Amino acid sequence: MRQIHVLAPGLLTTVQDLGREGFGPMGVSPSGAADPISLRLGNRLVGNDDATAALEMTWVGGAFLFPQGAVVALTGSDFAATLDGVPVELWTSLKISPNQTLRLGQTRSGARCYLCVQGGIAVQSFLGSASTHILSALGGIEGRKLRKGDVLDIGDAPEMFQKRKLAEHAKERLAPRKVLRVTPGPQSGWFPQSSLHLFYRSRYRVTEEANRMGLRLEGELIPANFHEEMITEGVSLGAIQVPDGGPPIILFVEQQTTGGYPKIANVISVDLPSIGQLLPRDEIQFELVGWESARHMLRQQEALLGSKELILE
Amino acid sequence: MTDVQFQPASDQSLLVYFGQRITLDAHRHVMQLLRLIESQPIAGVRNLHPAYCSLLIKFEPLQLGHDDLEAILLRYLGRLEEVRLPEPRKIEIPVCYGGEHGPDLAEVASLHAMTSAQVVELHASATYEVYFLGFVPGFAYLGELPAALVTPRLATPRRSVPPGSVGIAGSQTGVYPSPTPGGWRLLGRTPLQMFHPKRKVMDQDVLSGDAMSLLAIGDHVSFIPISTERFAALEKA
Repeated sequence: MRQIHVLAPGLLTTVQDLGREGFGPMGVSPSGAADPISLRLGNRLVGNDDATAALEMTWVGGAFLFPQGAVVALTGSDFAATLDGVPVELWTSLKISPNQTLRLGQTRSGARCYLCVQGGIAVQSFLGSASTHILSALGGIEGRKLRKGDVLDIGDAPEMFQKRKLAEHAKERLAPRKVLRVTPGPQSGWFPQSSLHLFYRSRYRVTEEANRMGLRLEGELIPANFHEEMITEGVSLGAIQVPDGGPPIILFVEQQTTGGYPKIANVISVDLPSIGQLLPRDEIQFELVGWESARHMLRQQEALLGSKELILE
Repeated sequence: MTDVQFQPASDQSLLVYFGQRITLDAHRHVMQLLRLIESQPIAGVRNLHPAYCSLLIKFEPLQLGHDDLEAILLRYLGRLEEVRLPEPRKIEIPVCYGGEHGPDLAEVASLHAMTSAQVVELHASATYEVYFLGFVPGFAYLGELPAALVTPRLATPRRSVPPGSVGIAGSQTGVYPSPTPGGWRLLGRTPLQMFHPKRKVMDQDVLSGDAMSLLAIGDHVSFIPISTERFAALEKA
């Protein structure tokens, strides 16, 4: 079996696939890749299924030795990757010869970079997924981030290398956004018009407390004058909750499954992967869109992902 | 079903509200709808998040829209009263109250002008309903707390609460399954593991007993006071 030796783990590197849905009644949130578009594209570049498990690196990447070689692709943000010291490109398949070392550094763009490997990262599936849930210490490698000295198994795959590259136009269209489009949250009617105006006009800055559970923002406070008492209810991925008098928080892939704060808005499905690329100090804005246009944009995105011109061989 | 309301929560989720109050009737309806959808799955529905008087339904937005799902749900809701819920399981949870295990017990007692022993007696005297599991894996929202114990949560949440801690907040009580931040006032701690990730439950009906989580929605829970020695012995076992 092919392996990966972790020479340096990076800041926060975890095994992720597209997450585990269906366990909400036990309080288990799906987890999964913070930028699932990058994960899916990386998997396609190496000939894997979209949902194959890969390594998600955060802010600073690691160093990985491939004793038996492998076919890999790096996607997402640019972490200044080199193979035995020679710079390598993102968004392209790459053949690694036995005993070569892939080394990644600090990000030069967004928060996360994916290392997808032909055959996938083989870990024991937990509730139907390989995804690590850091907060709950579930899934992945013992429910934790990678450590120096870890040895990862690569899944079986028929060995074949084909030079593949993501089309430029697709890269541009799928690039992470800083203006996140949202639909109204279930309690948006609880906020006075002036607060809604303020929310949509303001720029918010991502704080250091930005992780897979959620991203705390700083910026204009949203005054609320609620008459109703909030009863804890299920919360959706990308919900923007406004705690009493506090700045907004975006709930993310390792979110709590229920919560008791009012939600003013919710990031639309096509823009969820952009959240996964936000760094502390990034400035973002929210733009309100209708339900139908949210659905339309998702259909367009999936059409692009399904098109023949997406990946060049 | 007169007071059911639908509310889109995101472009891939819909909230179903059974009124806007925490009642046992609303709770029963949540369990009935959950059970009905679990036993007769709706194509395109990906996840379910029950709460006090609502169910959040997450769906595949390329397959379903809010209107499609609402139309299907209206048919399900029409059959809700046919759904038979299982007899509630009775679960006893041993708790070592006070001391290092219950750092807020003394303060809660003084807030209510009681002795710590009276708080323990009251907390352990009631039988609690598991309204739902949420927040983190295995966290059960239990109610109702005896009226004399209703206490606001801490002004500043703790950064990390030890697993097994038994807390109260408002008229709720619950047990923290894993070390998480938390603002509930801690009365004691159980040596039981509330969530066992190693137990297999792939084909598990989460309404039934043998799940990864010690507690499931609809269970009846009571707390049994134990000594620190007993706590230590049980924790080792």
